[in-house]
Amino acid sequence: MTDKNTATRNSVWASLGLFVVFLAGWEWGPGLLDIPPYIIPTASSVYFEFIRAVGSEQLFYHSWITFAETAIGFILGTILGMVIGYILGISARAEFILSPYILALQIAPKVAFAPLFVLWFGYTIYPKILVAVLIVFFPIMVNVLGAIRTVDQDLINLARTFSASRWQIFRMIEFRDALPPLFSGLRIASTLAVIGVVVGEMVGGNLGLGFLLVFGEGAGNTALVFVTIIMLTVVGILAYGSVVLLEKKVLHYIPKKDYAPV
Amino acid sequence: MANGKDIRIEYRNVAKQFTSNNGVDGAESIIRAVENVDLSIADGEVVSIIGPSGCGKSTLLNMGAGLYLPSSGEVFVDQEKVDAPNQHVGFMLQKDLLLAWRTIQKNVEFGLEIQGIPPNERQERSMDLLEKCRLTGFENHYPHQLSGGMRQRAALARTLAVDPKVLLLDEPFSALDAQTKMILQQDLAETLSTEKKTALFITHDLVESVALSDRVFVMSARPGTIIEEIDVNLPDRANPMARRQDSQKQIGEYVAQLMRLLHVGETAAEIEI
Repeated sequence: MTDKNTATRNSVWASLGLFVVFLAGWEWGPGLLDIPPYIIPTASSVYFEFIRAVGSEQLFYHSWITFAETAIGFILGTILGMVIGYILGISARAEFILSPYILALQIAPKVAFAPLFVLWFGYTIYPKILVAVLIVFFPIMVNVLGAIRTVDQDLINLARTFSASRWQIFRMIEFRDALPPLFSGLRIASTLAVIGVVVGEMVGGNLGLGFLLVFGEGAGNTALVFVTIIMLTVVGILAYGSVVLLEKKVLHYIPKKDYAPV
Repeated sequence: MANGKDIRIEYRNVAKQFTSNNGVDGAESIIRAVENVDLSIADGEVVSIIGPSGCGKSTLLNMGAGLYLPSSGEVFVDQEKVDAPNQHVGFMLQKDLLLAWRTIQKNVEFGLEIQGIPPNERQERSMDLLEKCRLTGFENHYPHQLSGGMRQRAALARTLAVDPKVLLLDEPFSALDAQTKMILQQDLAETLSTEKKTALFITHDLVESVALSDRVFVMSARPGTIIEEIDVNLPDRANPMARRQDSQKQIGEYVAQLMRLLHVGETAAEIEI
């Protein structure tokens, strides 16, 4: 057993210890400080609310809806961001024409579009997905665009000396060279997608964790709000974790020392 | 000497100008990179070009590779006028330009893949070249796992894989340490000789130019033009190590001549004052 392994193990124990302290503080702290349960419900009451919500509020079903909307919005937003990013990256002219509009849209807070989309598409899953698409689009597009712009011109010239076609240069050099920045964008986008979906769900409809948040608030059920926030975090971790797993598979060739986990 | 049908690459009265925007005032100015360049290289010859920094040496190579066209004059490779990148020419730079996401073998196959060679033939040729470039056992490594010298050998293998008739080499060894550099010069000289390749070699290193070449062209400062052609009458072009050892004195004389032509000594004297 090396020193490094021992140190890692100690850190894990410290982290777990901290979690136990946190749970204990949450369970008994409010009582000691006279904080009423509708402000901060105790850890155990949140746990029992979780059990109850699984049974009578279809908690997992709502979580699944939120996760599915997040995943669909994330994937569609990524595809859109990549396509537009590559097009703008390759054509300086297209970028010149479109950039003012894209900049304006980027500055506008995307969640503000949620009510508009609900007006357009009603209480369906589509407005939620659309907010996610919009919010995911920008970090992906910006990263891909930047990456295409900074591809080493000598690499492209090398391909040209082999008489590569425009499509081959894109497929074999530009696309691959833009993957690491694309994944930085995907990491950011995966967490943003959850925000987009939740706001959409809060604005309208009766499905998803965003709806459950508003429902819990309306019923004065603070414990349900806590449960929902925890489930949202789980959904976010799933989305982010999938990106990290995919990144490890796709970018396996990047040396470990340059690689920034999490 | 180059004559008749065996000319592999030829520059006929080539000139190249660039327009550049001066960032500050936005005024366009014309940079005359090279002018009046006439040179021809025969089959199997290795020819070096030396000259001061920014004299347009790389511009000449880029025109030979068809990456851009001369402003006036013509470049011919194998009697064919160069008007676009073509498959007769192999190109190698100071940067190895290995693709980080490809294994060494896949990097060597890069040009073959672009040219649509079927996978089994690609593999056969890349394995053969990896052996010649002494990289057997590293075919499944990624570029970042190799040393600078090995990476440059892989770049050479990639250049040779498409079987070009002419190799254009733009300071391929200038980023390497002195010992690695000598080993790679030896490898290159042997490979060029056994594969019977023609090469146009750009370098800043005067000794390197004499050790590796049949002829050396000296270029002037910008606008670059060829001011002198020197025949290197020494044995062992395919074995620069032997040439360095057996012809030390003559190499020294050639280098002194090159230094005079490039005014290297004068610049040093000025600095001393």
